[in-house]
Amino acid sequence: MNHEAARNLLDAYLDGELDPAGRLEVERHLQECQLCSQGYEEQSALKRAVGGSGLRYKAPAELQQRIRFALRREANAEKSERTVPRRWFAAAASLAVAALALLVVLPFVRDRRADDLVARDVLGAHVRSLMANHLADVSSSDKHTVKPWFDGKLDFSPPVEDLAAQGFPLIGGRLDYVDNRPVAALVYQRKKHFINVFVWPAESRAADAKKIAERQGYDLFHWTKGGMNYWAVSDLEESDLRSFVDMLQKGAAGGKS
Amino acid sequence: MGEKDKLAHFEEAILPHMDAAYNIARWLTRNERDAEDMVQESYLRAFKFFDAFTGVNGRAWLLTIVRNTCYTWLQQNRGRELMTEFDETIHSEENEAWNPAAQVAKQIDNRMLAQAIEALPAEYREAVVLRDLEGMSYKEIAEVAAVPVGTVMSRLARARGKLKRLLTERLKEKA
Repeated sequence: MNHEAARNLLDAYLDGELDPAGRLEVERHLQECQLCSQGYEEQSALKRAVGGSGLRYKAPAELQQRIRFALRREANAEKSERTVPRRWFAAAASLAVAALALLVVLPFVRDRRADDLVARDVLGAHVRSLMANHLADVSSSDKHTVKPWFDGKLDFSPPVEDLAAQGFPLIGGRLDYVDNRPVAALVYQRKKHFINVFVWPAESRAADAKKIAERQGYDLFHWTKGGMNYWAVSDLEESDLRSFVDMLQKGAAGGKS
Repeated sequence: MGEKDKLAHFEEAILPHMDAAYNIARWLTRNERDAEDMVQESYLRAFKFFDAFTGVNGRAWLLTIVRNTCYTWLQQNRGRELMTEFDETIHSEENEAWNPAAQVAKQIDNRMLAQAIEALPAEYREAVVLRDLEGMSYKEIAEVAAVPVGTVMSRLARARGKLKRLLTERLKEKA
């Protein structure tokens, strides 16, 4: 083995990555070549220094807990995704029993299922916004900053209410994706709790707010107003969230925004 | 596979490698905060794609995801860093004696060593970290970095050569 070839294999030799034949050849060369044997000494001293340095970082215990928790949540979310079709299936099975009931029940089931799917999206978007620490793309308590921010990012202009006086300060807005379309997400705060309000154009007529679901400790409210769909989600006390929803729906801040 | 089983299986196969994940993320991002974010993001991604895991080498599989997550982040935040110096010859310091190993090793403290490793281009840095701190084989590193084994070998050689030069400079400054 010539000098150049041996030199190129020094690191692999040092790392024990050569086959026996290669090892032998390098060893033979090391005995003859002073330059290489010195290089080898240096490399191995360096390798020892790095390896024995204690420079390997360890994951903080707090991170481990956070990840375990997030994984459990994710697993639960996947699980509930799978039970939705099953519920629908059960409903469908019962329809077969009473043909008459079909006419009455089917539209309701459809609606309910559609709501279920949207609720899942909404909840997922809410949890992600908290988990990824990505609440707002535009952070402002000023509705005149938040509302124009959506211009050109969406094909509609979401109404933005400021409810700071009522104890629900606006903290910002961001783009999100729900029900297969980009939507506006408005973020409000109540003490240490966050409320995400998702807004996008509605096809259906105005409908009063009602609680759609309670999942994993979050409450979800939905209503339709002024041609817009609204979904509000939070881990806030239900009565607090309900009064927040009422204020938003009635436009408690007064006037058009 | 039910969700419960999936989580249990995942926790058993992938969770134990969190130190390795954090270590490489910490060296690639060079700060704690971002390293933590990278690891958490990687774990959620890994869980999502866990069905694609063949069950052979959980550490290498996880670190591949961590590495990709970190590189995406590096591209977005530290675009410049990813340009490796390919024109650098491996042994340009051929005649420069690095001096008898034992004494020099004694003069190098961990801080100096850490600074020198951090000064390496990302591809070199990860090779050294995966090899000398994680003890991974060339084959495993090749899998994580998605390059041929030969490339791992030459990256390591270049990385160590550069590390030696950096340390020599530091020692000279100190002297």
